[in-house]
Amino acid sequence: MNIVVCIKQVPDSAAKVMVENGQVTWGDAPLVMNPWDEYAVEAALLLQEEQGGDVTVLSVGGGDVDEALKIGLAMGCNNAILVTDPALERADSQATARVLAAAIQKIGDVQLVFCGKQAIDGDMGVTAAQTARVLGWPILSLASSIKMEEPLIRVERTVEEGRQVVEGNLPAVVSVVKDIAEPRYPSFMGIRKASRATIPVWTLEDLGLEAPTFHVSWPELNNPPVQEVTNEIITGDSPDDVANALADKILGEKVL
Amino acid sequence: MDFNLTEEQMMVQNMVRDFAEKEITPIIKEYDRKQEMAPFVLPRMAELGILGICLPVKYGGQGMDYISLGLACEELEAVDSTLRVVMSVHMGLNSMGLIQWGTEDQKQRFLVPQARGDKIACFGLTEPGAGSDVAAMDSTARREGESYVINGEKMWISLATKAHNVLWIARTDPETNDPHDGLSAFLVELDREGISRGDIHGKLGVRAGSTGWIACQDVRVPLENRIGEEGEGFKIAMSCLDNGRYTVAAGATGLIRACLDESVSYAQERNAFGREIGKFQLVQQKIAHMVQSYDAARLMYLQAGWMKNQGIRNSRQTSLAKWFATDASFEAASQAVQIHGAYGYSDEYNVERYLRNSKGAVIYEGTSEIHQLIQAGYALGYRQDAPLRKELPTYDEQAWREN
Repeated sequence: MNIVVCIKQVPDSAAKVMVENGQVTWGDAPLVMNPWDEYAVEAALLLQEEQGGDVTVLSVGGGDVDEALKIGLAMGCNNAILVTDPALERADSQATARVLAAAIQKIGDVQLVFCGKQAIDGDMGVTAAQTARVLGWPILSLASSIKMEEPLIRVERTVEEGRQVVEGNLPAVVSVVKDIAEPRYPSFMGIRKASRATIPVWTLEDLGLEAPTFHVSWPELNNPPVQEVTNEIITGDSPDDVANALADKILGEKVL
Repeated sequence: MDFNLTEEQMMVQNMVRDFAEKEITPIIKEYDRKQEMAPFVLPRMAELGILGICLPVKYGGQGMDYISLGLACEELEAVDSTLRVVMSVHMGLNSMGLIQWGTEDQKQRFLVPQARGDKIACFGLTEPGAGSDVAAMDSTARREGESYVINGEKMWISLATKAHNVLWIARTDPETNDPHDGLSAFLVELDREGISRGDIHGKLGVRAGSTGWIACQDVRVPLENRIGEEGEGFKIAMSCLDNGRYTVAAGATGLIRACLDESVSYAQERNAFGREIGKFQLVQQKIAHMVQSYDAARLMYLQAGWMKNQGIRNSRQTSLAKWFATDASFEAASQAVQIHGAYGYSDEYNVERYLRNSKGAVIYEGTSEIHQLIQAGYALGYRQDAPLRKELPTYDEQAWREN
């Protein structure tokens, strides 16, 4: 069973993300593998331990995505591929999905594609479904556990109303949620391998694709409104006095 | 001169940081209060390979360099000193001593299981009546045919009750002119008959660690367990300390960083006199000192680690790094408590634990006073490093990674 995990490199979740002059910045905070994608890597590695085959981490992005891909290798993935092209700068999710799908086809003999449920930067949450659509494969989204019953894949989905079990045919695309399993740390052996690895870089030309047209753009980006916070300590002679004063204050401020 | 870490070293740093923050941060206060070591710590560090980080793959290690060991220690102590203590005794004071002084047979028998983390190792030098004055030790090893009979007690031994092996220094010759020359080193398996051991409670700090005593009463060990030659015990102990002190220096650097990070974050959220306390110059001064200490301590331990990688004798640099970083970590922790005010005095925040933990490292592996004597000794020309019969092997990436 050959598996591809699609990952994205994003600013560290601890970074202070700001908008300056209409551009998003995160200062000098490091770029990391999208945390949701770490769960996808873990799901793929667990399935590989059970079923064998190769796991390839795949990413579309700038040249510096190397780092996130190397984390994938250090966690235990067999191969990594980077697709980068100047024409993909500011690509929307649809264009990204087309590129991912073409790369998955070029890798060849892939039975399963894993994605995180969304990326913590764009928060669109649609790339997995769009990639499945381009490939013409079923999408099993928000999977919290996976079971192979070839040629079927059965996943459990956690939804607000409860749990669903969904089956699909292989090949398929699966997006995963946190419940799947805690992502492993890179191993020292993996780190040694990853640090020596040269990651193949594919361009649009290598994939036989034209420069895509983007249908979604971000004409306006704003920081969240600044909240004015003031502190006031309410005192009184007895707990009742304090409670009454607090209740009056809350009602007065129309909080309730 | 290249101050960059390699990609590999950065990945090691992140991996160890993730482990410490995800798995230890949530439980550390509970175990610190209980004065117990969390039972999963050693097996987990073994499973992740941390216990064999800088040892060659062919001896069961992970094939990383000595700088990676330092980086790991910095990350571990940024969460809790007890994690770094594990590396100091298991790796620095014992396993690195074996790789430097052990025979091939001893490496196969003792180092391989230690590097894999199947066996935990500790170091027995200090005694109830002998700390800085090593040569005053009472422990003896008497040769009887093809074995030695060991008697004596070691105290303040980290991992005393958790370890399987101890590197034990004892007097084999009471007649030497210089008492240092009468000492020898032994690798003693702690399941041998005649050994008793226990934990010490009521310590100021490193409460989530294991510190104890080990007593040997007529413990018989075979000749093949003697590390180095008879009379080399003091030299072996000192070269173990060159490695242990390196891990202590790197760890204390992590402790300074933890103090700095928590002080910065608290100074930005706590208000007094109508503004955040970070705006006050006296708070800024404390933070500036922490920044200064962190950068200096880090440069010093990385230099010592680089020298180890290159196979250059680093006793002076390691001693300097250890002295500076531990003194600076105690000061940083004290000032971090001060910045946190009354909150810093309670274990609601981490800084009081940092302060308690930091005091130990100013005492063990050479007190700050001993390190000052060492530094002055070098400067005045009273002290020189004579070449050793066996040096710590130079890091060789290829050799380290051969199976």
